[in-house]
Amino acid sequence: MKEKDLRFKIVDILLVLMMTVPIILGIVLQVMTEPPASGVQITGARIFFTIPMPLQDFPVTESQVNSLIVMIVLLGFCLYITHGLSEKADLKRQHLAEFIVEKVDSLVKENMGDFFASFTPFIISILALSALSSLLSLFGLYPPTSDINIVGGWAVLVFVLITYYKLKAGPLAYMKSFTQPVALLTPINIISEVATPVSMAFRHYGNVLSGAVISVLLGTALGGLSSMILGKLPGFLADIPLFQVGIPAVLSIYFDVFSGCLQAFIFAMLTMMYVAGGFPEEEYKKKKSQKASKIKKIN
Amino acid sequence: MELAIGIILGCCALGAGLAMIAGIGPGIGEGNAVAKACEAIARQPESKGSVTTTMLMGCAIAETTGLYALVIAILLMFVAPNILVDILVKTISSL
Repeated sequence: MKEKDLRFKIVDILLVLMMTVPIILGIVLQVMTEPPASGVQITGARIFFTIPMPLQDFPVTESQVNSLIVMIVLLGFCLYITHGLSEKADLKRQHLAEFIVEKVDSLVKENMGDFFASFTPFIISILALSALSSLLSLFGLYPPTSDINIVGGWAVLVFVLITYYKLKAGPLAYMKSFTQPVALLTPINIISEVATPVSMAFRHYGNVLSGAVISVLLGTALGGLSSMILGKLPGFLADIPLFQVGIPAVLSIYFDVFSGCLQAFIFAMLTMMYVAGGFPEEEYKKKKSQKASKIKKIN
Repeated sequence: MELAIGIILGCCALGAGLAMIAGIGPGIGEGNAVAKACEAIARQPESKGSVTTTMLMGCAIAETTGLYALVIAILLMFVAPNILVDILVKTISSL
């Protein structure tokens, strides 16, 4: 029993290290590779190196590295809170895991119905990935969600899911759904179908990016203000960043914490609504019952 | 040459500023949504949770047009000048 306890603790420590070490490594990488800042600097993700490829060079950017960090940290977190599950639930972390799963389960059932009850893992991973990616800016790292390529990838994934569930009732019913109210509206329906992933990607990325841009602009403006007021003083007194202390943190609570979590929630919510809303439930049931009756006739 | 680059930079900045006029629409729309949500909560305080969730969803969707404008403005501010100046330099040197 005692030996098992020791092993349990060692695995625990390893998992905690798995959650913290990638973030520290990311900060170290950021500090080592960041070019010296001067004035207002709003740039995209920095490119670490490029891998030559036959068609187009494949750049490894900051956002890819940071999203890998997020994935490793999330994997460590999931392994940590599910480590040592038991029927008695004698560990506190088991309650946390059960709480998260139950909450998202009820959210999915409420918004998508019973047919999509198996969607919980997908929704939970989108929520966690998106929220932690946005919260990464609290550590001073580049948040991967402020890169259109990352969020665009998720949006394409959601688009594939929507189309897959729309095709469940057969390709003919799928084609027919484009001419829904009147046949005249077909081009507009096709445009709105394509606009779904575009608007989802732009919404998430624009929100996070605008927060980052406003933070940088405000930080620079406050620096200018404090140097304007204190600049005439002699010696080191002129370099005191009077207004840069504390005021950006208040805005960071809104732009980083609140907005990041809200956008994650909205992205997951929209995924659920689009997938469940595009699914033709009645036609699918009709098709299924027809198939069942056919099989019965053959038998 | 300098004049041409100056015109490009100035027009990009002007375009970004004009694009952000689109921020008016989402502002009014979200204000209306929040006002109605406040009324609904005042009338039926027990439905606060679902009203808040629906309002946040609606706000997020109303925000989309503003974010399109923001993306265009950011492209005009940080991406377009470099590309346009590159094109200018290339065409002038090829003449």
